[in-house]
Amino acid sequence: MEFKDYYKIMGVARDATQDEIKRSYRKLARKYHPDVSKEANAEARFKELGEAYEVLKDAEKRAAYDQLGANWKGGQEFRPPPDWNAGFEFSGGGFTGGDAADYSDFFASLFGRDFRVGGGGGAPFHAKGEDHHAKVLIDLEDTYQGATRTITLRVPGVNAQGHVITRERVLNVTIPKGIREGQHIRLSGQGSAGMGEGQTGDLYLQVEFRAHPLYRVDGRDLYLDLPVAPWEAALGATVKVPTLGGIVELKIPEGSGSGRKLRLKGRGIPGDSPGDCYVILAIALPPADTEAAKDLYRKMAQQLNFNPRAKIGV
Amino acid sequence: MNTGNKQPQLAICILEEQTQLTLADLCRACAVHEAQIIELVDVGVLEPLGREQARWRFGGASLHRARMALRLQRGLDMDLAGVALALELLDEIASLRARLRAMGGEY
Repeated sequence: MEFKDYYKIMGVARDATQDEIKRSYRKLARKYHPDVSKEANAEARFKELGEAYEVLKDAEKRAAYDQLGANWKGGQEFRPPPDWNAGFEFSGGGFTGGDAADYSDFFASLFGRDFRVGGGGGAPFHAKGEDHHAKVLIDLEDTYQGATRTITLRVPGVNAQGHVITRERVLNVTIPKGIREGQHIRLSGQGSAGMGEGQTGDLYLQVEFRAHPLYRVDGRDLYLDLPVAPWEAALGATVKVPTLGGIVELKIPEGSGSGRKLRLKGRGIPGDSPGDCYVILAIALPPADTEAAKDLYRKMAQQLNFNPRAKIGV
Repeated sequence: MNTGNKQPQLAICILEEQTQLTLADLCRACAVHEAQIIELVDVGVLEPLGREQARWRFGGASLHRARMALRLQRGLDMDLAGVALALELLDEIASLRARLRAMGGEY
């Protein structure tokens, strides 16, 4: 297994005081808390940080860890020394913060794992099984039409020998029409089995959209950049626009400028109150790559009294 | 029962739109005691329908809001007023980011 440099993870020197460790932990916890952080690996960093703090905040664990010596580097192959733990007496209280089940093998090899014993003797124990939470990435088209997606979940479990293993579970999931980004699909009874006569838990899938080549999404509404020719914008025109439901015709009003926003009502994500599709005009210039095209531009320059910079005073 | 590799028909719904939760549902889903959910209602993080506690009904979105609030409270050692403020600011950031993205900007 890999050695973990808890001091480096915590961003403190080996001789840091307990106060320094606490301050550094709090600062980094705010930075990497998965609900707040936009860092790609926030969740892993936050777990690692919790583990490092679990050791460094506790004088006994810290002293034991320090005994391994200062020559280890993070990521280096590590085996606990044979006399490990000799002379150390952990006074219990042991595990506090975080979810000890998430701690690394390195941590477990030094300090053991905190296996929580559920249930206990006495009266029969019934409890609903745990809910599971996962994310599912879908295409925008899936929410427009509804779709069936096969998703594979990796479910940690314990095998007959008591080892922690990961099983794969395949589910065919119907994507409900009209679901929006950030919403959750609830699959009743697809979580962990209950204890005793308790019900099975549920599975929640948080929906995320794959980036779409044409549309940007804000809630129920879609945004589309639509290239138009200068004469279409200037003189008005009826042009074709791709929407999720197929091609529709859009009337561009005379005298439209770049960036003008036109609304196709009800052409967004469907639902009881369907979203709209906003079309943002982007004027595309024809290239001046032939003599004829250059002539047309020269004519405009001569015949139109047009200063595009009039508003900025030059 | 289905046999072989066939998947049974799954009972599916959109949590945020088609689900209402009782106080007990929420406690179980968050694995916390009732008192902690009541505290979240008291600081305004959760807003149930129904006046008396026994009749409270929470919208489906409350489930993830409550879980997030509890994670912030534990993970950052925050008090509930701080959690409530953080959630409001996170909502605002999320809606600004969505608008920025809709305009075609990076975030």
